Amino acid sequence: MDNRRRFEVISEFLIEWTIKICGISAIVFVFLIFLFVFREGKDFLLNSLDLKEFLFSPEWYPDSVSHKRYGVLALIAGTFSVTLLAMAIAVPFGLGAAIFVSEFSNSKVKETLKIVIELLAAIPSVVWGFIGLSIMNELIIEMFDAPIGLTVLNGGIILALMSVPIIVSIGEDALKAVPDSYREAAVALGATRWQMVYKVLLPAAKNGLLAAVLLGVARAVGETMAVLMATGHSLQIPHSVLDSVRTLTATIAAELGEAPVGSDHYQVLFIIGILLFTITFIVNLTADLIVKGIRGK
Amino acid sequence: MSNKMQFSIETKDLNLWYADFQALKNVTVNIKDGLITSLIGPSGCGKTTLLRCFNRVNERYGYVTTTGEIKILDKNIYDEDVSLPELRKAVGMVFQRPNPLPISVYENVVFGLRIHSKNRELSKAKSDEIVEKALTEVRLWDDLKDKLKTKATTLQLEQQQKLCIARLLPLKPQVILMDEPCSALDSEATLAVEELMRSLAGSYTIVIVTHNMAQARRVSDECIFMLLGEIMEHDRTQTIFLTPQNPKTADYIEGRYG
Repeated sequence: MDNRRRFEVISEFLIEWTIKICGISAIVFVFLIFLFVFREGKDFLLNSLDLKEFLFSPEWYPDSVSHKRYGVLALIAGTFSVTLLAMAIAVPFGLGAAIFVSEFSNSKVKETLKIVIELLAAIPSVVWGFIGLSIMNELIIEMFDAPIGLTVLNGGIILALMSVPIIVSIGEDALKAVPDSYREAAVALGATRWQMVYKVLLPAAKNGLLAAVLLGVARAVGETMAVLMATGHSLQIPHSVLDSVRTLTATIAAELGEAPVGSDHYQVLFIIGILLFTITFIVNLTADLIVKGIRGK
Repeated sequence: MSNKMQFSIETKDLNLWYADFQALKNVTVNIKDGLITSLIGPSGCGKTTLLRCFNRVNERYGYVTTTGEIKILDKNIYDEDVSLPELRKAVGMVFQRPNPLPISVYENVVFGLRIHSKNRELSKAKSDEIVEKALTEVRLWDDLKDKLKTKATTLQLEQQQKLCIARLLPLKPQVILMDEPCSALDSEATLAVEELMRSLAGSYTIVIVTHNMAQARRVSDECIFMLLGEIMEHDRTQTIFLTPQNPKTADYIEGRYG
């Protein structure tokens, strides 16, 4: 009897700690990743990097023999143009879909739609890249009579399709969290469904919806493979949606394999990593704070 | 009253099913204009269901079937050409838990007008006047006149419930339905809301669902006793409580079941 008791105490203790470690591990991993990325780039970052040139020069010539230049402005412009276009498409579609799923569809349609939308989220990014490279490419060449279809437009549409599932599922959660009594109150006062949505639900769920959008942005900024394949990977500040661009993420993916370990080029790529990390961190943190804002009230 | 006895709500052979459960059976009842009528009966007797038929909010759930007719303002509200927003404008509802919208006190009061006026012609002065009038009528004006910008969901429950009544008034409803309006309130607030109901009677027809026998007795002119989806007895409150005709009514009122 005594043995059994001791066994229970020990197993209880072990289980508790295992779960605790599982919980804490996420923090540890994020921290370690940041530390590792920082360590790889820190020598160059702290000693020889001209931050002003890095951020504001569009000249990215890491392979030049005589004069290496590391300006990421064009890459930032690439990332932002593609993300901006993606959001211009994904936000209306995503929020519209979230509203439809949560308020206007019956339970059968709702279940089907949710499954299909989750399926959309499960498509590997390289497959999206394929679609961009083959189908969208030809479509854009044909429709706009453009010399090449691998453009901001192409990448933006692909990224929009990839962000929509996130916006829909988080947006729908936000709408679902609005108490039913608000809907009932509005309906009993004679509001039509659409009046109820834009006069009651949207204001009540606005923080959650904003968080949904920001997480969609974070997804779009961080995406690599699909944009690498769909945007043409050409270094320039875009002047129209039919220009090819290169993004921050795609640059790392394409060049890290060729850069000698420890070289300046290698380190600068890691600094780009830090930059990306910072951008997505800020976006995610903002989303988090906004979501907390809802509960605070 | 005797010179002109009108009915605000007339139902005829009303049946209602939730999926295949029949919640109302051949309900035929006439509710008089300008009076307070209570619906009483044990849980599950269909009184809330009946109340929610009068403005058709029952239909928010897809699995409801209704047959028979309900006449409000001499029009069958189950006719094809009835506009639900118009119906709900004429038949306001107060819920069990106060449910002001998460917007300011002021916006709550004018919400109904805003959704029912097509062009945005509601001038500031006009809406100010409407808000003051509605809040005065529910005796909230003195408490809230400096708090019109406050979010309505942060008020005390009693104030919230009164506000929920106030926001119906600008629409000039014919009928006000109340679904256990005091069950979330303490006894003092209950008394205040009951007084308010008495002061509104006459101008509006009020139908109230209540579990509280004493409340039905205090506040209502007529009582309808329901059991298992049927109307058992409908008479003046005094008669129901003192000399009920149906033995089941007597048993319920004396607390032998329910």
